[in-house]
Amino acid sequence: MKVLIIDYGMGNVGSVKRAIEECGVDNVIVSHHDYDFEDCTHAILPGVGAFPDAMATLNERGITDRIKKLAIDDKIPLLGICLGMQLLASKGTEVSFQDGLDLIPGIVQALEPAIGERIPHVGWNEVQFTNRSDEMLNEIRDQSDFYFVHSYHFIPKNEENILAYTPYAGKFVSMIRCGNIIGAQFHPEKSSTAGFQLLKNFLNI
Amino acid sequence: MLKTRVIPTLLWKNIGLVKGVGFNSWRRVGSILPAVKVYNTRQVDEMIIVDISASRDNNQPDFEMLSEIAHECFVPLTFGGGINSLEHITKSLRLGADKIAVNTAALANPELITKASERFGSQCVVVSIDAIMHEDGDYYCYTHSGSQPTAYKVLEWAKEVEKLGAGEILLTDVELDGSMKGYNQDLIRQVSSAVSIPVIASGGAGNLNDFSTAILESGASAVAAASLFHFTQLTPLEIKRHLASKNIMTRNALVNG
Repeated sequence: MKVLIIDYGMGNVGSVKRAIEECGVDNVIVSHHDYDFEDCTHAILPGVGAFPDAMATLNERGITDRIKKLAIDDKIPLLGICLGMQLLASKGTEVSFQDGLDLIPGIVQALEPAIGERIPHVGWNEVQFTNRSDEMLNEIRDQSDFYFVHSYHFIPKNEENILAYTPYAGKFVSMIRCGNIIGAQFHPEKSSTAGFQLLKNFLNI
Repeated sequence: MLKTRVIPTLLWKNIGLVKGVGFNSWRRVGSILPAVKVYNTRQVDEMIIVDISASRDNNQPDFEMLSEIAHECFVPLTFGGGINSLEHITKSLRLGADKIAVNTAALANPELITKASERFGSQCVVVSIDAIMHEDGDYYCYTHSGSQPTAYKVLEWAKEVEKLGAGEILLTDVELDGSMKGYNQDLIRQVSSAVSIPVIASGGAGNLNDFSTAILESGASAVAAASLFHFTQLTPLEIKRHLASKNIMTRNALVNG
């Protein structure tokens, strides 16, 4: 097993790497080199920051096409975390309309808080599964809490891509999946036991 | 809904994990890394880790120690002690902190709060307020780990830091800290009602009711403790069970099997 954490200069790659190591994986690489995309068995797209900056950096570094090849042609399991999940979308709307990686059809929009709710949505909140039989959710109890820090959310075009919702700002999609491509709006690497289990489930794909 | 957090505060000084009484007479209570590992298994919701000698001795933040701690911490981590510039904050976040805590530097240079929240988001910026009541009946802010008084009144400063862009306030009654006599509920109530950002109650927690009172009656969003974890058998999980018995929602992290 070789886990690639895609490095494009944004996000807490160190925390993600440590969490994967803690799941028992020895070979975890933080990289943006072609050869690491070639021979990895799993890939993670982390991310903290703004959608336009992230896409610009991925494009500048020539990583966009590598990610698409890895996910579409090579069918390598790909997990997008937080901003990394949002980048999987067709389009982002943060600051201005912007093309995403277009790996799961949908758009990214700002959360609209209800009265008394604050943005960014920061803290531990529950994840309500829509499809309990999905292997990504093995051994995790429905409504487990995970750690969130975000102001935008992914609105998938197809309902069958939705794995979980979280009740905040109305209700937003907190996990998505389309075949080997998976997204989590929360941070499993900061979510203690439930987060480790989710990462292990991903590594078992 | 967002869950009420139970947070251990870990203070260290010259490599050792310490706990004082009234920000004084520090006792060494162990090493920091083993403590971080234990808290990871105890279902804490966050950790706040502060190098208490940094500001007092005008030292740089201990980034090496932060890096080692972040390596073992799988919940959100707040790091403080000696942070006084955007460069310090950038480095702290890169090394694995999720938030930084500032007190001394924020009072000396309030603009730092604004610049930090603009660059990294307000959720990264925790302003720590160390309070002592003066003879006039008002609470005043102290810096340099509780050793130096300032002219800032706590309530005014709390409102000010919210305007400047702080994401949270870590509120400690210096004189009660380490006493396990209970939080200063009056102080927590005053500050919680003056601001709309989350207030983390700190300083003095000694029994289970202190936690639920801080949340239900005083308006705290999260509860922090140190001595109670070092010197009693009480665990974060027991605190959560107690809070649940009072209908306060805490994190559910149950994994089957």
